[in-house]
Amino acid sequence: MPPIITVQNLRKTYGPTVAVDDISFEVAEGEIFGLLGPNGAGKTTTVECLQALRQPDSGEIRVLGLDPRRQARELRKLIGSQLQESALPDRIRVWEALDLFASVTPRALDWRMLLEQWGLAAKRRSSFSSLSGGQRQRLFIALALVNNPKVVFLDEMTTGLDPAARRVAWDLIRAIRDNGTTVVLVTHFMDEAEKLCDRVAVVDKGKIIAADAPQGLIVQHAGEVRVIFTTDVADIAWLEAVPRVDRVERKGLMVEVRGSGPVIAYVAAALVGHGIIPGDLRVEQPTLEDVFLKLTGHSAGD
Amino acid sequence: MRTLLKLTWVEIKLFVREPITMVFTFALPIIFLFVMGGVFGNTPDPSVYRGVGAIDYYVPAYFGLVICAIGVVALPVHLTGYRERGVLRRLRASSISIWALLGSQLLVSFIIAVLGSILVTVLAIAVYGVDLAQSPGLLALAFVIATLSFSAVGFLLGAVLPSTRAAQGIGLILFFVMLILGGAGPPPEVLTGAMQIIGDITPLRWVILVLQDPWLGFGWAGQASLIVVGILLAATALSARFFRWE
Ligand SMILES: Nc1ncnc2c1ncn2[C@@H]1O[C@H](COP(=O)(O)OP(=O)(O)OP(=O)(O)O)[C@@H](O)[C@H]1O
Ligand SMILES: [Mg+2]
Repeated sequence: MPPIITVQNLRKTYGPTVAVDDISFEVAEGEIFGLLGPNGAGKTTTVECLQALRQPDSGEIRVLGLDPRRQARELRKLIGSQLQESALPDRIRVWEALDLFASVTPRALDWRMLLEQWGLAAKRRSSFSSLSGGQRQRLFIALALVNNPKVVFLDEMTTGLDPAARRVAWDLIRAIRDNGTTVVLVTHFMDEAEKLCDRVAVVDKGKIIAADAPQGLIVQHAGEVRVIFTTDVADIAWLEAVPRVDRVERKGLMVEVRGSGPVIAYVAAALVGHGIIPGDLRVEQPTLEDVFLKLTGHSAGD
Repeated sequence: MRTLLKLTWVEIKLFVREPITMVFTFALPIIFLFVMGGVFGNTPDPSVYRGVGAIDYYVPAYFGLVICAIGVVALPVHLTGYRERGVLRRLRASSISIWALLGSQLLVSFIIAVLGSILVTVLAIAVYGVDLAQSPGLLALAFVIATLSFSAVGFLLGAVLPSTRAAQGIGLILFFVMLILGGAGPPPEVLTGAMQIIGDITPLRWVILVLQDPWLGFGWAGQASLIVVGILLAATALSARFFRWE
């Protein structure tokens, strides 16, 4: 299947600031594609170039076969946008905004259904300025979906949502994907990227430094598994010789074994073999956050 | 088209929900009507008010004032606010075109101007028993070009002013200068030379003449209407040049 979005050597500067240095990627139809990266990495700039909201300095972009530079108007009708920063008139009511944004295309969804889905039915007649941060965010997501887009861009969709609302949002986004919509998601939440995205690109300083399925990234870049338990047996140096073990550290009673792959099975067997049966043996699998920290050299959000 | 009509309807509701602009477009002209009417009455005096009674003079002048308030206060504040807060970006991303946006603002300006002027007229008839327009057809034409012209000025101010605060400040200064010197305040005949010159360079001066002539049965204000159309063309060209979404 041909990709629905292709980006080749995208570059965008603001005066001396290089926001996007050189970014290339493809998104397949029906995929949830994530862009992950520290603040100022160039994620918003990238997706806004794709949505014809900013003019790139150079590079080739195709979204649904259209060039955002030259076919902006056609393109905007086919895509949905939830922008990282935007607003509505203070005194507009929730239903008025949805009704207005639905009027741009005959393909639009029934906005009453969206109100229900995104938990805004009770706020139907409330003015925009009276909504809480999370309610505004949900309204913006609903507005991004109301024109029944083929590709939807969500820039920090769940920022400001409570944990329950985030779960609901994930389920709804998956359902939208299952109906054939392609989703491009910018996020700072590692769990969101890990659970929701089919593929993730890690962006840093205007470049993509890794791109793969979340599990693929984890295996490739943060393969280290940690096995942790406590024991009062003093001599555990023999653990170093157990298959798949790379390193053993001891902090008081706590032992931390670092290794790869099925290390937990070997360690457990060896412990039992030595007559050590710890009650608190646990394994910590690496997460996308470990990948992120390793690749970008700093933690998410700074 | 559907979007244009929806947006226009939403914008009318937003306009009505905004107390400040309601005061400037509806309340102020009426307050002035009663103050001026109360002070000067409606007995014609050949030396002032173009030789007609004060109230006959002021009724069409306050149509102009309503239109002026929309153009220099309501529209610039509205548009700069939209840009500053990212509403324009939001509308653009949802493929709401500049034509739908500007078209809706124009329709709203027109509807509000008509409503404001009807209100002035109804009150003037009820309280002072003034006569209606002598040439209604020409008055309608005058009304259209006056509203287009001041709306274009409003788009231009909205395009060039950097912030809502700037729009509020500059809009109010322009409004009051025009109100006092442009022919909607003291009779132009009593202004000093310098004041008259300033009054002559305000668009309101010419808009008022264009509206007054058909109302009073003086025919069509040819020179004034050319100036009003000239302002319309210049402001349209400049706002097309300077308009920014963000
Ligand atoms: N309109 C602008 N004018 C000038 N510089 C800008 C503009 N927008 C973004 N930048 C700069 O470009 C760089 C990338 O910004 P961008 O908003 O794309 O980052 P981001 O990855 O979305 O960050 P965040 O996670 O904080 O949203 C930053 O250094 C930012 O300061
Ligand atoms: Mg961003």
